[in-house]
Amino acid sequence: MQYTVISLQGLSTENCQLKTEKMELKEKLIASFMAFENLVDIDLPVHDVRSEAIKEFETQGFPSKRDEAWKYTSLNSILKHDYSVFPKRDNHIDYNDIKKYFIHDIDTYKIVFIDGKYSSHLSETTHDGIDVCLMSSALTKTKYRLIIENYFNKIATKDSLTSLNTAFSQEGAYIHIPKNKLVAKPIQIVHFSTGNEAALLVQPRNLIVVDENSHVQIIERHQSLTQNPVLTNSVTEIFANKRAIVDYYKIQNDNENASLIDSTFVNQKQESFASVHTFSFGGKLTRNNLNFYQNGERIDSTMKGITIIGNKQHVDHNTLVHHIEPNCESHQDYKGIYADSSTGVFNGKVLVDKDAQKTNAFQANNNILLSDKASINTKPQLEIFADDVKCSHGCTIGQLDESAMFYMQSRGIPEKEAKALLMFAFSNNVMNSVKIPEIKQRITKIIANKLGVNIGFDL
Amino acid sequence: MLKINNLHASVEDKAILRGINLEVKAGEVHAIMGPNGSGKSTLASVIAGKEEYEMTDGEILLENENINEMAPEERAHKGIFLSFQYPIEIPGVSVTNFMKTAINETRKAKGLPDMPANEMLKMIREKSEMLEIDRKFLSRSLNEGFSGGEKKRNEIFQMAMLEPKLAILDETDSGLDIDALRIVANGVNKLRSKDNAVIVITHYQRLLDHIVPDFVHVLFEGRIVKSGGKELAHELEEKGYDWIKEEVNA
Repeated sequence: MQYTVISLQGLSTENCQLKTEKMELKEKLIASFMAFENLVDIDLPVHDVRSEAIKEFETQGFPSKRDEAWKYTSLNSILKHDYSVFPKRDNHIDYNDIKKYFIHDIDTYKIVFIDGKYSSHLSETTHDGIDVCLMSSALTKTKYRLIIENYFNKIATKDSLTSLNTAFSQEGAYIHIPKNKLVAKPIQIVHFSTGNEAALLVQPRNLIVVDENSHVQIIERHQSLTQNPVLTNSVTEIFANKRAIVDYYKIQNDNENASLIDSTFVNQKQESFASVHTFSFGGKLTRNNLNFYQNGERIDSTMKGITIIGNKQHVDHNTLVHHIEPNCESHQDYKGIYADSSTGVFNGKVLVDKDAQKTNAFQANNNILLSDKASINTKPQLEIFADDVKCSHGCTIGQLDESAMFYMQSRGIPEKEAKALLMFAFSNNVMNSVKIPEIKQRITKIIANKLGVNIGFDL
Repeated sequence: MLKINNLHASVEDKAILRGINLEVKAGEVHAIMGPNGSGKSTLASVIAGKEEYEMTDGEILLENENINEMAPEERAHKGIFLSFQYPIEIPGVSVTNFMKTAINETRKAKGLPDMPANEMLKMIREKSEMLEIDRKFLSRSLNEGFSGGEKKRNEIFQMAMLEPKLAILDETDSGLDIDALRIVANGVNKLRSKDNAVIVITHYQRLLDHIVPDFVHVLFEGRIVKSGGKELAHELEEKGYDWIKEEVNA
């Protein structure tokens, strides 16, 4: 295992300087909340939730490396920008310019945002039997009131960044699938930032409720279109009710000045199946908080990820699966490939309550470091209070196998392609569980582009 | 075909090969024998271009072209094939896809388009039948969980697919039972022609009963100390290597 060494001297000066910057952004955000209150209906019950949340954020402030959960991820470099919280005007983008960021070879619903604002001309929403629309409507219109009352902010935690998002929660995707619906078209949630602001902070808030026996597939992507700094602090709450199936795919391939803090909370009821696949290939700093709560028996929770980064990029996967009731399963499989001076974190917590007998919990985190300067901190945490369970975890850190490289090269496969083939093979377990072929193809293509090879591997 | 002049090679500053001279002509089979640690596998790896070995002197010519500086894949594209003593397991890459990639990369290097899929499948079927390889085996991960015999048969299958000019078989007989040995040797013999050549590296005589060499060389302490016809292999089998060592030291 390789740990990053930080000189104490460097840390202390950095901290002093940082304090003022953090204060500035924190105060700016608290001040912005007052301006925000002029824009929304403060008589709605949801506004009490927001007011509570801003107080929570005010008390906690931004997390620092002193917090155990943020020990290996520093927000210093991304909190120094003077972010705009409210974009000044509506920005327009032509579909043809951004088509490539969609899974465009299949028919899908689309909920598209530009600089945090809904873009109706790029979107394709529906109210035909299911609701695929906007959070802003759901929060204000009476016909959604019951769902909002029952589900909104019910599983999101009160940590500082989630609270910050809750305080400003206004826009995002709202998806409600009533019972016994098999949604044939996947739903794409795509956020673009145009760079019209010098620096932009967006805080999307998504609510996804899938009722009994229904099945939905969702694809989420955040894409910055310029080099201007963007910070996205996104929160998604997902409710998979009895026997529901929810498959969620996160494609993170943003540019070098875009950072993402993505917190996803999944509440599952009995016999439901929920999976989240996270593909992290780009962005300055990406933090994925993924929390699964199993409130019922015979639940299956799947969390998988492929991370391939380079330069000075940083990706942090922070997962939690809470086994509350008996006879449930969880499967975690994260593969990471780190080049150049990139850094990674995997912090995977499995919590098995006393009543959660016959739990099967699996966790694997395998990493390849392609350079001496790359590092990964991996930390499995198992807290098991039941006595009849099967829990396994394993993490590995290694290099590309030199003898495998020579073997492949000696059969005529050039070094670059041989490397790529080994990396594809390494991440194959995760790719295999992707259910939408077009996503698989797209991910394969992104990886091939990243590795600079042009082979259609079908492993 | 292959000409090696005064080849010196070392690994981590330790000299392993200390002046090898060898000429292999098209249509010939050469056997290289020798005691453990004499440098047989090193010679095979150096010809194939393994980077850990540093060539400190001499030259390797393939069809009169100096290949000293070529990467392993370039040597493969020129027609060199090394059958590994210990084939590497590559989980997640199937035998078929590995072969497709190897063949198409070799074609790409020669400026040829990808081999059409039906042609590839036909070739895979023919060559796997020749080596009595079960079709199911081809969709398994390369060498992963293969028995020793399966690994070696798979090496010769790859050789059959790639049709090299110069094949180097490094201890291909080790770990093979008599049936597998026969299948592997038959495979190699079917691939022999007047246009290609084979170097068989082995410790024992038994493979050479099946793949009959034109020349036998004895490698000792990084040099070829004795060369002869196939009868030399029998002599070594009978008398061991001690008399060679004594001759050299005398």
